[in-house]
Amino acid sequence: MKIKASAKGDVVKVKMLIGHIMETGRRKDADGKLIPGHYITEVTVVYKDATVFHAQLGPAVSKDPYLAFAFKGGVAGEKITVTWIDNKGETEVGESVIR
Amino acid sequence: MKLSRRNFFKYMGAGAGGLIALASVPRLALAAWNEAAFTADALAAAIAARYPGLSVEDSGAIKLKAPAIAENGAVVPVSVSTNLPNVKSISLFVEKNPSPLAASFDLTAQSVADISVRLRMGETSNLVALVEADGKLFRVQQEVKVTIGGCGG
Repeated sequence: MKIKASAKGDVVKVKMLIGHIMETGRRKDADGKLIPGHYITEVTVVYKDATVFHAQLGPAVSKDPYLAFAFKGGVAGEKITVTWIDNKGETEVGESVIR
Repeated sequence: MKLSRRNFFKYMGAGAGGLIALASVPRLALAAWNEAAFTADALAAAIAARYPGLSVEDSGAIKLKAPAIAENGAVVPVSVSTNLPNVKSISLFVEKNPSPLAASFDLTAQSVADISVRLRMGETSNLVALVEADGKLFRVQQEVKVTIGGCGG
């Protein structure tokens, strides 16, 4: 996943792009069989042991989800950690240094 | 039970492992994934599951940014921001999607109420943004016309 965090004054703006198929569970394959849903359900962002953002997502979020948010009190040079988990229990952790 | 040196280290290890496990799941502090709300198949049911017991009022203090016409329903950029104080969560609903609740964001005291995401829309529909603040629900909505649906195969 790609994460960009930039500090401006007291506010840190975070943008992220997560590579994920976000299969809705409503599409059919060539044989007419339903393709099981496979999508991210939660994204959590932690800064200095505190959760600063938590997203609950459903299959209506586009493929390769893009998320942007902002939080106060972040300092350039420090790290944020992004964790996502999907409905199959797969998970990925990414880090980015605030610029 | 006699606490031997070996057992002492075994238990220390187990304790430390537990602490690490706790530290790596800070999301437990916030609401977990709300399955009932995400699987509800009508707007009212989805809102009731996500925000039980809260009544909704329209608000001019929320800015919802979305295209009036989306050529590609598979990727509809949506932003919500507000100056309302004590915002606890922001949720986005696509009224005519098979499951209207698309995304829900839990904010903390450190958060700035300004989020962006890209959504799928199966057809032309109302896009509803709800902001939970001070124990109340504030709503803003907008119609997005979809040229090519984003939920088909």
